[in-house]
Amino acid sequence: MNPAQQLLAPIGRSTLGLLASIGRVAMFVAQTLSHIFRPPFYLKELLQQLLSIGYFSLPVVGLTTLFTGGALALQIYAGGARFNAESVVPSIVAIGMVRELGPVLAGLMVAGRVAASIAAELGTMKVTEQIDALVTLSTNPIKYLTVPRVVAATLVMPILVAVGDSIGIFGGYLVGTTSLGFNSAAYISNTVDFLQSWDVVSGLIKASAFGFIVAVMGCYHGINSGRGAQGVGKATTNAVVSASVLILAVNFVLTQLFFTQ
Amino acid sequence: MIEFQDVHKSFGANHVLQGVNLKVAKGESMVIIGGSGTGKSVLIKTVLGLLIPESGTILVDGKVGGGADRDAFLARFGMLFQGGALFDSLSVWQNVAFRLMRGALKKPKEEARAIAIEKLRRVGLKEEIADHFPGELSGGMQKRVGLARAIAAEPEIIFFDEPTTGLDPIMSGVINELIREIVVEMGATAMTITHDMSSVRAIADKVAMLHDGRVQWTGPVGEMDSSGDPYLDQFINARAHGPIEAVR
Ligand SMILES: Nc1ncnc2c1ncn2[C@@H]1O[C@H](COP(=O)(O)OP(=O)(O)O)[C@@H](O)[C@H]1O
Ligand SMILES: [Mg+2]
Repeated sequence: MNPAQQLLAPIGRSTLGLLASIGRVAMFVAQTLSHIFRPPFYLKELLQQLLSIGYFSLPVVGLTTLFTGGALALQIYAGGARFNAESVVPSIVAIGMVRELGPVLAGLMVAGRVAASIAAELGTMKVTEQIDALVTLSTNPIKYLTVPRVVAATLVMPILVAVGDSIGIFGGYLVGTTSLGFNSAAYISNTVDFLQSWDVVSGLIKASAFGFIVAVMGCYHGINSGRGAQGVGKATTNAVVSASVLILAVNFVLTQLFFTQ
Repeated sequence: MIEFQDVHKSFGANHVLQGVNLKVAKGESMVIIGGSGTGKSVLIKTVLGLLIPESGTILVDGKVGGGADRDAFLARFGMLFQGGALFDSLSVWQNVAFRLMRGALKKPKEEARAIAIEKLRRVGLKEEIADHFPGELSGGMQKRVGLARAIAAEPEIIFFDEPTTGLDPIMSGVINELIREIVVEMGATAMTITHDMSSVRAIADKVAMLHDGRVQWTGPVGEMDSSGDPYLDQFINARAHGPIEAVR
């Protein structure tokens, strides 16, 4: 091989690899979707997942948005002071939170928590032959394992983000009223007056998409985990990394779609 | 009846099955022996469609399995996995009754639990462990729970992958007897993988030895000692030296 080929070959290889992975993920998503509306339905598994994905992610999402809301208020105050626009703090905190930071930060935190745990759980099931055992017991692993997780994450993320948004705005309020000298009533009315329902709704749609991404990536990498403990470790890492990157990419696409005329 | 016709299966450069031909008659207890890593587990998994052979045919009652009604096909089988493969998020009795609590064989919870406890007793486990989780049990107990799960729905064809590995001699005896009973009483067809020669003699109607990706020898268990096959002789007499290399 000449030097140019040597340089280009790995690029070509990884491009082909990437395209193949995209194809496999697309097939996996199509299979998952096709099982959502066909019986049997595993409601107990769905409820379990709603609890473990939604409820148990509340603390981490709440803390993340609380601190971010506070920091946001400080930044906007400092930035706004440069052109005497300190009064925009409440509305910018609210808009920034519900449109962007709430869904994206919650998505990333849930990617770390949930995509990892799904991939580790299903990966372990794969390497200990539990997934094969499911098949021999006439139970489709996609239906029994993937569908409840994907449906639960897609449904519960908007709720999680709505709570996170509120906590984030509250974080801004705390900072605004305690250290930036805002009047409590004025801060609240300023927040409410400028916030439009589409700001909130668009953020919740994003949240739903991110929930879907997190669960699909967790399940895909888990079910396709390599052999042994190393395989599971790799599956977990890949699930978190791919979910996080996809969340940021899809966030850009959705923002473009929602907010450019 | 199960029939393997020239079955080939590779993983990358590792050619595990290289033309397996074997017939297992209905109601017969076939025991598969062979060194570790010769593809015994792989062979069983190809019947269930868990692994797809590159070439060759596997017939169950003269038909290629799976097809349109894969659920009905799989419902005829029970399988004990080499590692147990118990669902660690479910309790012991829910593992055993898994097939009885969903799908075509769905039964009321009380009834499913009662059947599970009965099957646990048959594999020598007490009712007390029914509400434990698999992680709380010893390896040998997990194996027996796996066995109870495999027989819970009284399948026609049962695969046992190393059912007595990790059990003490007395419990091995219990399990050997149980497998024999299942074949005789339920009229089930059984394929058992084992390294334990006392198991082979207790369980088998017929024996097949896998070596180098093929069936090296097969015949009735009574002819095993007088086969004159050097590979089989080395294996059943546990000799370190012979045609089978110790380094694999
Ligand atoms: N899913 C798999 N992927 C790659 N290699 C495998 C897989 N399953 C089995 N093998 C390989 O096939 C060979 C036979 O394995 P196995 O059937 O488990 O042996 P045994 O006869 O001890 O049951 C081994 O070399 C094993 O590494
Ligand atoms: Mg094996």
